[in-house]
Amino acid sequence: MIDIVSSKERWRISSLTLILWLIGCTASVIAAGSESEFKSAYAAAEAAEKEAGRLRNQWTVTEAALTKAKKAAEKSDFDSAIELAKEAERLAKASIFQATSEREAWKDLEIR
Amino acid sequence: MALAAILAALAASMLSSAQPAGGADRPDPVTEAAAFRNYFVKKFPDVKLEEFANGPYALNEDMRRQWQEIDQFPPYEFSLEKGKELFATPFANGKTYADCFPAAGVGIRQNYPYFDASEGKVVTLELALNRCREANGETALPYVGDAMAALTAYMAFTSRGKPFDIKIPDDARALKAYQNGKRYFYTRRGQLNFSCATCHVQYPGEHMRAEVLAPALGILNAMPIYRSEWGGMGTISRRFTTCNSQIRGLPLEPQSEEYRDLEYYLSYLSNGLPISGPGTRP
Repeated sequence: MIDIVSSKERWRISSLTLILWLIGCTASVIAAGSESEFKSAYAAAEAAEKEAGRLRNQWTVTEAALTKAKKAAEKSDFDSAIELAKEAERLAKASIFQATSEREAWKDLEIR
Repeated sequence: MALAAILAALAASMLSSAQPAGGADRPDPVTEAAAFRNYFVKKFPDVKLEEFANGPYALNEDMRRQWQEIDQFPPYEFSLEKGKELFATPFANGKTYADCFPAAGVGIRQNYPYFDASEGKVVTLELALNRCREANGETALPYVGDAMAALTAYMAFTSRGKPFDIKIPDDARALKAYQNGKRYFYTRRGQLNFSCATCHVQYPGEHMRAEVLAPALGILNAMPIYRSEWGGMGTISRRFTTCNSQIRGLPLEPQSEEYRDLEYYLSYLSNGLPISGPGTRP
């Protein structure tokens, strides 16, 4: 049997494989959400929801998203947890916008 | 120096022009109630004024016929019996609810809520019932629970036919409570961006899925109500909190200042319309 791949060639293939593997690992580590990233996203969502509470205008969907985010984090599913926390923050900010704009806008609906 | 004085005067005039001129934001309950009533009368010219106390049944003939059939054996009857019994049952100290209310609590539903000048806040019937309990050493009842619904059902039943008679005394705090209630009523909230008025002023008589929306005029006259959807009786507190949830808004705590003021506002607008509670709804 003829060895068609030289030892030098084998070494080059092994090195390339190793490099590709390392790149793959690094990329997946970068792509996957971390616990600290979740904590930061959750804290931002909580702060916005607290402000909505101060304005007496929280939404049920915001609370649900916060609860789901926490549950996902407990299962170490940080990708989902971060996404849910960001969704909760978007909803909370929308409710704050609503409460703020309604300070005057409600008058347009009044029967006179 | 002269320039500074001119700038100061200019700033002062701008600030003063930003204020509502001549108290433009001061509510005028009498005029507003007349306009509110007129809106519904014009919108539903074939409906007699007192019929608005029957909610959606005043606006939809099919529903009305079903309701009349159902009311041959009203589903609130068990709760009414329970309410009568609870009302008469003495507290541990021997007193009863009758000791806490004018006319021994009979035929007085139409006077609630009222503005209590001594504490500067609106007192609803539900709040008054719990205050009565606490004053007699009993624990407060949950505002969205069956016992509170039963008690208010009994008190409404003894007041049937009596016109709402809500008073707004000449007191800036009472006017403020009325105005707060109005603001709550018209303010959009929840993810669905609905106000109370969206359903009950803009679309009464229209379908929201299987439900026919009730008009805001007379909407509290039939409270508390037996709702088939709930499978039981519900208080005004339950109705308000459920409305908020339905539009994906987080309900406030029952009997919060906002809800009490809202009840004050809505009840005042229905002055003259008869108490028709307890009511039945799909």
